[in-house]
Amino acid sequence: MNINEMKSKHNLLKDFSYELGEIEKGYTNRTLYVNLSNNEIKEKPVTQLMKDKFIGGKGFGLKLLWDATKPDTKWDDPENEIIISPGPIGGITQYAGAGKSLVVSLSPLTDIVIDSNVGGYFGPFLKFAGFDALEIQGKAKSDVIVIIDGKNGTVRIENAPEEAINSHILAEQLTDMYAESENKKNFVSVVSAGLAAENSHIGVLNFSFYDKKRKKVRLKQAGRGGIGSVLRNKKIKAIVAIADGIKPNNVVDIDAIKECGARFNKEIRELDDDQCRMRKEGTAHLVEIMDDYDLLPTNNFKYGSHKDIMNIHSSVWRSKFTQGVFDGCWIGCTMACAKAVDGFELKTGPYKGDKVIVDGPEYETVGGLGSNCGIFDADHIIEANFYCDTYGIDTISFGTLTAFLMECYEAGIISKEITGGLEFTFGNKDAAIELMHQMARGEGFGVIAGLGIRKMKAFFAKEYGADINFLNDIGMENKGLEYSQYVSKESLAQQGGYAMTNKGPQHDEAWLIFMDMVNKQIPTFEDKAEALHYFPMFRTWFGLMGLCKLPWNDVEPANNAETDEPGKVPEHVQNYITIFNAVTGLNIDNKEMIRQSERVYNFQRTFNIRRGYGLRKHDAQPYRAAGPVTSEEYESRSDRYDKQLLENIKVNPEGKTTEEKVAILREYKENMYEQLLDAVYNRRGWTKNGVPTVAHLKDLGMDLPEVLEIVEPLQ
Amino acid sequence: MKTITVNEISLKWEENMNINVILKRMNYTFRMLVVKVDGKLIKKHEYESTVVSPGSDVKVIHLISGG
Repeated sequence: MNINEMKSKHNLLKDFSYELGEIEKGYTNRTLYVNLSNNEIKEKPVTQLMKDKFIGGKGFGLKLLWDATKPDTKWDDPENEIIISPGPIGGITQYAGAGKSLVVSLSPLTDIVIDSNVGGYFGPFLKFAGFDALEIQGKAKSDVIVIIDGKNGTVRIENAPEEAINSHILAEQLTDMYAESENKKNFVSVVSAGLAAENSHIGVLNFSFYDKKRKKVRLKQAGRGGIGSVLRNKKIKAIVAIADGIKPNNVVDIDAIKECGARFNKEIRELDDDQCRMRKEGTAHLVEIMDDYDLLPTNNFKYGSHKDIMNIHSSVWRSKFTQGVFDGCWIGCTMACAKAVDGFELKTGPYKGDKVIVDGPEYETVGGLGSNCGIFDADHIIEANFYCDTYGIDTISFGTLTAFLMECYEAGIISKEITGGLEFTFGNKDAAIELMHQMARGEGFGVIAGLGIRKMKAFFAKEYGADINFLNDIGMENKGLEYSQYVSKESLAQQGGYAMTNKGPQHDEAWLIFMDMVNKQIPTFEDKAEALHYFPMFRTWFGLMGLCKLPWNDVEPANNAETDEPGKVPEHVQNYITIFNAVTGLNIDNKEMIRQSERVYNFQRTFNIRRGYGLRKHDAQPYRAAGPVTSEEYESRSDRYDKQLLENIKVNPEGKTTEEKVAILREYKENMYEQLLDAVYNRRGWTKNGVPTVAHLKDLGMDLPEVLEIVEPLQ
Repeated sequence: MKTITVNEISLKWEENMNINVILKRMNYTFRMLVVKVDGKLIKKHEYESTVVSPGSDVKVIHLISGG
């Protein structure tokens, strides 16, 4: 069926017209509310309180979701929302990485708030269309698309029965359908998911942008926490934003922003090849580095390196990625790390034989779909990356849960009879890709796997009598979210950087492994607590603004080493403060920057508490994140662990069995983590149970009545 | 045996031991580094020419990178 025939099958459910308006100092000062249960569409004002306390992006998402839901709202209740917001800096084109959207929803994996940061053009186009956030509530009766037309000032809900569901086809169909001409395809952006998103809890949202050079639609993912599953549960096939060109943010001081941008672009041009090689390899440059430091998860985080690393070395990815073409996921991003493999011929699944473009793989995908499953085959990783994207599932969660299944299989907890014939031995790429196809078809063992590790653990214990304690030790999830791809065993600070997060173990709050394990810069609990205060707060700020984190520290000024705190990249931090002030006309400094984040961070913690989570017990980690669970793991690094027994615990390992040594080390490491919790909570202004104190909230100016109502009884 | 200290780890000292040799011995392959010898900053172009003495305290500060 061609595009016109598909469009003719659309049935208009609601047509809403509005005044386009202008952006003023980074804000449009209104949000867009769409309810798919009753087809209500309306504008809502952005209040001064929202701007003062919540800033934008993730902050707006949290505020709107709090107001829209009850403490017991479930992810698949109609009142759950998907909120997309670009933040006040989002949409500028003079500084790299300023096109991000923050997506917020209640997660099917965690039952708490999830936030996910994503590139692609949708967020800026939403703002150009006149809205600081899109808030979608309710459930449609049958598949719909929502079209936000920023050229004509309309928002439409249409039944769309004929279009594909898988993203690589759907995004192309809708780009063709809604672009005014071939030359205007880059002014259409599509948000979609895929078939596996609707049959699992690990769905992603794909945000598109049109690559004019390649003449292809590209996809970037809001990957964590299953928001794509929420999208499909609401029977949303896609959300489309149409822009009428690039609109200015009407900032206060454009010259200041340009000056920062020009200086940054010079760094990229002159230094990137000797630093992170983001323009040639993207984040995949990290693969062999993580292997060298024993940090690349291998065989379900048992180990941190592997003899076959050369098969997935960054030089392999460099040779696979098309070089010399534009790879920025928003206009003006000279870091251009959104690498892609062109003309990849698929070997499996419904698109077998098709030659496709594959966005990535990035480091996390190589670790998740590759090494952590014991798979060191670059073409398999590319194929699995493609299918994760088009089926709309998270490469990180899929990788970590498949690695968990492989360990369960090898430990005899599950068998071929249970998996329907799939042999989940480490390294079995055929089983891994078939699991993914099953997930997309909504059949077989793929349906169980798609529930995520936390629910699988309970299922295996109940149905197959598995030892729940062992499953809890090896199942790499916290709060219900699967771990991202770094081995944290030798960095106590990173254990906190993962398990003390608000949304679950994603490294976007803090990555402290080098600082802690290699540099030994933060030896005391107080030092670690300071790092686990500063970095999560600083990095939260990107999510309030519509910014990408990568330009902060994946290239650094030539004189960065000469600064007092090179790990913080002070010149780039100052760039961000300058840009925020130049956009909004406000006058913050680096202290207020952190306080802006603290307000939102504490609100999110309180949101979790309101929902029955967010306490100390919810910050517990699986022991695999801290130390060796099995004798096999211990013996693989026995020199290291014996030394830890001797030097840290003052226990002579000689004459002890491996099981005894595992137990002694475990007791020590678990005690260390409890002490870390105490130190971090104290630094963050929380009680020993992880609840923000009233005094701290007052100090931050975040003592809103609805927040105090939650925390006061828990002081 | 003469030694130096690198990030609080004792390492056997060698004749003409420069920064590049130290990085190789420690298998420090990450590229975003700040190197200090006895508190003095060593710039990247000085790695080859900077030879350390026995007992030197070398700090190799790995910065942060990645998503």
